[in-house]
Amino acid sequence: MNDIHLAVAHHARGAVLPQPPATKISARGLNFWYDRFHAVKDIDLDVPEKRVTALIGPSGCGKSTLLRVFNRIYALYPKLRAEGTVLLDGEDILDPKYPMNRLRGKVGMVFQKPVPFPMTIYENVAYGIRHHERLGKAELDARVEQALRQAALWDEVKDKLKDSGLGLSGGQQQRLCIARAIALRPEVLLLDEPTSALDPISTSRIEQLVEELKRDFTIMIVTHNMQQAARVSDYTAFMYLGDLVEHGATEQIFSNPVRQQTEDYITGRFG
Amino acid sequence: MNDPHSHIVRSYDQEQADLLDELIRMGRMSAAQLEAALDVVGRRDDKAAERVIANDEAIDALEQQVNHDVIRLIRRGPMATDLRIILAALRVASDIERIGDYAANIAKRSMALNLAPPLPHTRGLDALGRMAARQVRDVLDAYVARDGEAALRVRANDAELDTLYTGLFRELLTYMMEDARAITPCTHLLFMAKNLERIGDHATNIAENIWFLVHGEELMPPRDKRDDTNTTVV
Repeated sequence: MNDIHLAVAHHARGAVLPQPPATKISARGLNFWYDRFHAVKDIDLDVPEKRVTALIGPSGCGKSTLLRVFNRIYALYPKLRAEGTVLLDGEDILDPKYPMNRLRGKVGMVFQKPVPFPMTIYENVAYGIRHHERLGKAELDARVEQALRQAALWDEVKDKLKDSGLGLSGGQQQRLCIARAIALRPEVLLLDEPTSALDPISTSRIEQLVEELKRDFTIMIVTHNMQQAARVSDYTAFMYLGDLVEHGATEQIFSNPVRQQTEDYITGRFG
Repeated sequence: MNDPHSHIVRSYDQEQADLLDELIRMGRMSAAQLEAALDVVGRRDDKAAERVIANDEAIDALEQQVNHDVIRLIRRGPMATDLRIILAALRVASDIERIGDYAANIAKRSMALNLAPPLPHTRGLDALGRMAARQVRDVLDAYVARDGEAALRVRANDAELDTLYTGLFRELLTYMMEDARAITPCTHLLFMAKNLERIGDHATNIAENIWFLVHGEELMPPRDKRDDTNTTVV
């Protein structure tokens, strides 16, 4: 957390933006259109490595869209279009020549509603690994166990790996989806409202998990829950009507934001 | 303390306004208590001194109310300015409560002074007290106006208060050396002077909290200090 405090001190002396240690993703002049609707407007954003960056903003502000650009999900649909550059480790993932397989391997995503495959718990995690790699049974078993452990689910499911994933509770299902995503050993984890459908205990488990996972992954989380953004993230970006209004250390954004719009939004004054 | 942007949840604005009202009321009460205590010293009025001592309870009760309101507001998950308002309110309330305690203590010691013949040196105390009271009034005004610059001025003025205090300290020491019978009343006067000097420090703390409230920074620019009594000998 030291870099954050330095960054805040830095910011207080009038510097532009807190400087994170290393940049994992760097978006420049990023625009996105749903057909004619301009959803993301000329955004520059650096996402620091092995830190949690929260994207906040009112519904329709473009935060989920921005998240989805980072793994090019939009490419699955016609009439959706992105412009600009998004460098992942220095390579532009928006370049059509950037192999989709590599992107999917590097960037994992978890959605608002947990959607386990209608398979066993074990297969839910093993499925993606098989798709990307050829492993022996013992190796695959080890990888599944590792992913379930990382997702803090192993102890709860180790005796029922052959049961259906759909039989788990909502919170467990969401952790299964996280296990499924991290089983592929991605470098970036995109979480789109991962706890909005969960009860408070399950939410705390996921937040604890996020804290552990940032040791290994660069995490971006979209959340409507301001307290959650303040709790789990190191950096926060506030978006409004497709613009990136303010981006900085979470501590600074939630205690002393620079822009009035940010202040109004996070204090619940948005009119 | 009106804000052009009101909260979507309107009861938040009401609860926050209640908190600030209580705090300002508390602050004005402590300033009035201080002025009354100084008045009591000058008039040698034991009855009035007792009233000042009893009134301190009202300030303590308001502090309890402030704490209660803070807990209620924190449950809502305040952010940014709202968060700073709450943190500052909690710290300012505790400074005001201490100011009230010191004022009551001055009234109490005046009753001890009244057991001895009048001393000319209560006049120096009165000047120190007037200045401390002005510091308290000024810092409260700065708080109401959320005026960081006015808070800076209050803090800068504390050096003058310290100078007055150091002068009075020397004067009282000299007086005690001249006349051993003056030791008892002068010791009380020394404590009263120290109380006033401490009141100035609490006004300074409040000024620092106003700076934090307005700018979101804990640190104010550096200042000079002139309380030399820690090393003063006569």
